[in-house]
Amino acid sequence: MYLLILAILVPFFFTAFIPLIHNRVGSIHLGWLVLVVPLVLFSIFVVQVPTISNSDTLMQTVHWIPSLGINFTVYLDGLSLIMALLITGMGALVVLYSIYYLSPSDSFPHFYAYLLLFMGAMLGVVLSDNLLVLYVFWELTSISSFLLIAFWYHRKNSRYGAQKSLLITVFGGLGMLAGFLMLHSMTGTFSIREIVATIGQYPEHALFYPAMFLILLGAFTKSAQFPFHIWLPDAMEAPTPVSAYLHSATMVKAGIYLVARFTPVFGGNAAWFWTVTLVGLVTLFWGAYCAVRQTDLKALLAYSTISQLGLIMSLFGLGSAALHFGDGEQGALYGLAIFAALFHMVNHSTFKGALFMVVGIVDHQVGTRDIRRLGGLMAALPITFTFAVIGSFSMAGLPFLNGFLSKEMFFTASVNAASLPIFGASTWGIVIPIIAWIASVLTFVYCMIFVFRTFFGTPQSKKADRKQVEPTLGMLVSPAILCVFIIGLFFAPNLLGDHLLRPALNGIIPEISGATPHIYAWHGFNTELFMTLGIVIVGSALYLTFRSWIKIFRLQPAGWTFTALYNSFLKNLKRASNWITTHYMTGHLPSYFAYIFMFFILAAGGALIFTGALSIDLTSDSPISVYEGLLTAVMAIAAISILFAKSHLAAVLLNGVLGFSIAIFFVLFRAPDLALTQLVIETVTTVLFLLCFLFLPEWTAEDSSKRTKFRNAFIAIGAGVTITLIGLTVNSGKLFESISGYFENSYELAGGDNIVNAILGDFRAFDTMLESLVLFIAGLGVYTLIRLKLGKGSGKDEHQ
Amino acid sequence: MNINDVILKTVSKAVVLIILTFGIYLFFSGHNHPGGGFIGGLVIASAFVLMFLSYDSETVSEALPIDFKKLSGLGVLLAMSSGIAPMFLGGAFLSQSFGYFDLPIFGKTELATVTIFEAGIALTVIGVVVNIILSISEDE
Repeated sequence: MYLLILAILVPFFFTAFIPLIHNRVGSIHLGWLVLVVPLVLFSIFVVQVPTISNSDTLMQTVHWIPSLGINFTVYLDGLSLIMALLITGMGALVVLYSIYYLSPSDSFPHFYAYLLLFMGAMLGVVLSDNLLVLYVFWELTSISSFLLIAFWYHRKNSRYGAQKSLLITVFGGLGMLAGFLMLHSMTGTFSIREIVATIGQYPEHALFYPAMFLILLGAFTKSAQFPFHIWLPDAMEAPTPVSAYLHSATMVKAGIYLVARFTPVFGGNAAWFWTVTLVGLVTLFWGAYCAVRQTDLKALLAYSTISQLGLIMSLFGLGSAALHFGDGEQGALYGLAIFAALFHMVNHSTFKGALFMVVGIVDHQVGTRDIRRLGGLMAALPITFTFAVIGSFSMAGLPFLNGFLSKEMFFTASVNAASLPIFGASTWGIVIPIIAWIASVLTFVYCMIFVFRTFFGTPQSKKADRKQVEPTLGMLVSPAILCVFIIGLFFAPNLLGDHLLRPALNGIIPEISGATPHIYAWHGFNTELFMTLGIVIVGSALYLTFRSWIKIFRLQPAGWTFTALYNSFLKNLKRASNWITTHYMTGHLPSYFAYIFMFFILAAGGALIFTGALSIDLTSDSPISVYEGLLTAVMAIAAISILFAKSHLAAVLLNGVLGFSIAIFFVLFRAPDLALTQLVIETVTTVLFLLCFLFLPEWTAEDSSKRTKFRNAFIAIGAGVTITLIGLTVNSGKLFESISGYFENSYELAGGDNIVNAILGDFRAFDTMLESLVLFIAGLGVYTLIRLKLGKGSGKDEHQ
Repeated sequence: MNINDVILKTVSKAVVLIILTFGIYLFFSGHNHPGGGFIGGLVIASAFVLMFLSYDSETVSEALPIDFKKLSGLGVLLAMSSGIAPMFLGGAFLSQSFGYFDLPIFGKTELATVTIFEAGIALTVIGVVVNIILSISEDE
């Protein structure tokens, strides 16, 4: 009944069990047990394919916070099904691969716990219909990515890469959250489907463009689009299975998923069209340009991933034009770009996943992935070589492999865009196919570098560290399966197209019914084919003359990179906050109190006066009884005596008098719960004070100047007056009807006579839960601060 | 051991029992009378604190092998999961329910899910309070 919701939660549950079972599995590799999860989930989603290909959708809801419009709603349509299949399918292959990749010294429970955490979070992102739930899962993917990049946390580069990816993606994620809230204030709902249905009413809304750009910020940072791409190459410090899974096949596609999901909301708009298209194209070009110069195979693949993500992104931008035309021939023509984007998204996961696994094998078997130290591996690793050829030729867009089909469709879309009659594309549109073509030439070049520099040429076995043989069979299974898909999708692309891509397309551009694309391998001699031929010819020439033009990369001055900008920003941020902190954190408690109370007087007292809320009306107050008067006198005497106390003990005891007097006040005012709490709190606080005596310095009279004393007295009296005025005002002014009447029915509503507890545990249980969480975190904080011994012993891992 | 210690230890043996009983009473009576998870937890915590004060922490830890850090985590987990459970039964997050049952010894008794939530709060309070006091007292 809640099958899909359970599918999201299963990885989380399994994560919780890993610490319990990992010691009991004996000789069985933990990975085999973990493998069950993605396999089961994959079969659950495969079963949904017939439903979805009939253009049906599935929806399941669990109420979470219905009063705020936040419900755990799972919505499965073509787009989410493609993503879910990629997540679980690639997940299964990567887990299988990792069983052979990880070395016994690695911590398996951590690795698989993080991996499952990611899998659940990613499924949550693609299946959630509610924006806030999506956001929570979105940030969880960032956190699990952070943990996985820093898996080998003793390396400095791993920690740097993890921090960089977290800072950039969470920065974008926060922007996206703001965008979501804007969408909510426009449409009044957090449900994506409802927003799609009603967004047409708000084209001129002031928040439309801010919301759009903020959501794009989230998508661009997550999908490593220019200029936020800089985190992805550093993320390659993660173990290779992680790079294959998170940083090429799934997580970096979350941004693309978001753009696809929001195309029906913002698409058909010139700003969306140009932003998404241009950012995608620039990323496509810049990624390919940087990939060519890399000497580390993984870095090469990282930049190539950036480039390919840009390609998919630009296709979604081009396709959004379809929504401008609406139903009709034109709309169907541009809608093809979205179809191509979906197709390439699947293809990219297959070939890039295979290539990452190839690099993992090379690294694992040879001991290096630096192409200057590799060469002639074809004889030693013939099977791996075959996978590398299939994967990179598909990426280069060569025939008989799936990359060829989606690359041709990309060219079709870019050529169509050049003649787009809207958005001013008639003058500037020609740039699109030109950038696309140049970037594709560079793609071809780095694909050739990947294959030929690694597997051809003279063997460099003397420089390599290990004996070079094919790895165990298990490590070859996953890339082999991916290679079968690469070839299979070329010969039977419409199996995928009809069952998954078309329903997804109909979900993204629902009103365009004429879009029923079909994938053909052969179009005749048209522009696209000549573009591909040109790429092969020019690309081969460039590869052969590689050494003569490589110098062009030196033209870019050192230090003029986005990474340098990021580094200096972090450095200056640290310096500035250090400067500010040292100026107000003096370690002098009276100064802190002065800051706090002055702020309080200005903010609360100022608000009281400027809003005109100050009104004191004592007429309806009950008369002051003798007990109350006596108690007030006792408290006043105790408070004044503290000022003249000669020792810590006297001060603590006098302070205790104040606390216990308040408890008696609660008794007088018939609030037994409060009185009890106050009494116990006073007792525990006194114990705390006693413990702290040991650490307190000698009691010395403050030898401060008259001026300081006068200032402190002024602040103290000001704070007291402000509190008193607020208290009297609250009691006098009735701005709205009292809500306490509702709680008086607590016996009928909550089954309890004690109203206080009914409020705490039932009516406002959310507050109580968060308070207990705050208490817990505060407790951990105290514990950590006390146990943390800076100096000796710490930081020994810092500089490895 | 001086004479003060003997008096303190003897008295606290009896007093701890009384405080603990009172704390547990407060916890269960909270539904209809003054009390509840927070106060109950605080009172129980103060009983533990008294034990730690009158005996040294090694002796108490031996007799009472509880990791109070884990206890507070368990409390938060319990409070949260008592909120998540109703979501799968069609209710909203943290919605509580109650009913009246005929039990063998107690007769007609009201059982409310809020007790589970309150137990989570109580465990959190006990764990955090004792943990803070222990860490400060063990600091050199």
